[in-house]
Amino acid sequence: MRNTLAETGAFFPRDRSWHPKAFTPDYKTSVLRSPQKALLSLSNTVSEITGPVFGHDMLGEMDDDLIYNYAKPGESAIGERIVVHGRVLDERGRGVSGALVEFWQANAAGRYRHKKETYLAPLDPNFGGCGRTITDDDGSYAFRTIKPGPYPWPNGVNDWRPAHIHFSIFGHGFAQRLITQMYFEGDPLIPICPIVNTIGDPEAISRLTAPLDMNNTIPMDSRAFKFDIVLRGRRSTMFENRKEGN
Amino acid sequence: MAQALNMLKESASQTAGPYVHIGCTPNFTGIEGVYDEDLGKVMVNDDTLGERITITGRVIDGSGTPLKDALLEIWQADHKGLYNSPAETRGLADPNFKGWGRQPTDMTTGVFTFETIKPGRVPFVDGRMQAPHVTFWIVARGINLGLNTRMYFGDEEEANAEDPVLARVEHRVRVPTLIAGREGNTYTFDINLQGPNETVFFDI
Ligand SMILES: [Fe+2]
Repeated sequence: MRNTLAETGAFFPRDRSWHPKAFTPDYKTSVLRSPQKALLSLSNTVSEITGPVFGHDMLGEMDDDLIYNYAKPGESAIGERIVVHGRVLDERGRGVSGALVEFWQANAAGRYRHKKETYLAPLDPNFGGCGRTITDDDGSYAFRTIKPGPYPWPNGVNDWRPAHIHFSIFGHGFAQRLITQMYFEGDPLIPICPIVNTIGDPEAISRLTAPLDMNNTIPMDSRAFKFDIVLRGRRSTMFENRKEGN
Repeated sequence: MAQALNMLKESASQTAGPYVHIGCTPNFTGIEGVYDEDLGKVMVNDDTLGERITITGRVIDGSGTPLKDALLEIWQADHKGLYNSPAETRGLADPNFKGWGRQPTDMTTGVFTFETIKPGRVPFVDGRMQAPHVTFWIVARGINLGLNTRMYFGDEEEANAEDPVLARVEHRVRVPTLIAGREGNTYTFDINLQGPNETVFFDI
């Protein structure tokens, strides 16, 4: 799984003007949940540089197939069958091997299977909505699912989320921890979504938007969308005088 | 003109949303049979070395209300101060302690609880020892980018006093926001997102 020596360098600082700010009043829930004081900048210590390892052996056979992993035997989830695939890279363009990628989403009608979900669209008895995988040596991953539906949410009186898949990514260091969302190319709800628009830079939004990838479809079965994810990169420790961790 | 650096940009964060449990703790929200057990739920086993402790607390918003839909992860060293990670260069950590935990806040009370062990001390970048601490990562609906903070231990006054990270907190009145009080084997660590007692959050 990891065939090279583990890297021990500090992570590049986060570009916090590229990420959404904490206080984004058009997304109303952020108002009372956003820290107001300045963050304390902290050079990475061993506490931030290190992180746990997730082995492929923790995965169940169906973890990466949301069409079947909650379905009754012989049945499958309703919706447009798709494959989502891509690579987890770091900012240096290197593949991140062994990254734990978890994903969750609404069903084809835009309804989540969750105790607090109130949208009137129906549950699909064969769709749970969660999956996970671990990246290969070159950082690549893939899973199969159905395309989630857009859904309304209580923010403005008529706000709708574009179709999206939530992603949680665990790289090699705890400071790389990231949660984000994948959108689908061409969705007219993207530019008018208050959550999407917590991100200021249109280029950052386009990098969260997965294109249709006809070369990776499964003919007569599923379309494919490609979604690369970039985690923070690490400094090289090659020419550092002090001993690592000391 | 010069050559391009050809660096990629980190994927922009988006909120974990109200249904983060579906992806990260599905059994907790009633999606059973997909994963045997929610990942990160159990941190210790019978063979784990070190003092057993409980860390509990709430994540509190600017109105004083605990979040009922937050998810927390913690990362910590073993009892000797070694991380169970390939990037740990100082020795091998306790194989019975992964050092990583994940817990949702309770849907009615907003309380989170980790059953773990008390970590040992680890070095700062310049070799001085840090006080024992646990690294926290907090996500929830309304949090656009995961929040990082640290929990220190109230019964480690001497170590806390010489901790190089706590020493960086300019407004000394804010230091207690990072220190959990001890009662029996339980440390209580409330995280305030806003207000006069806003927790010190880190840009790591
Ligand atoms: Fe969502």
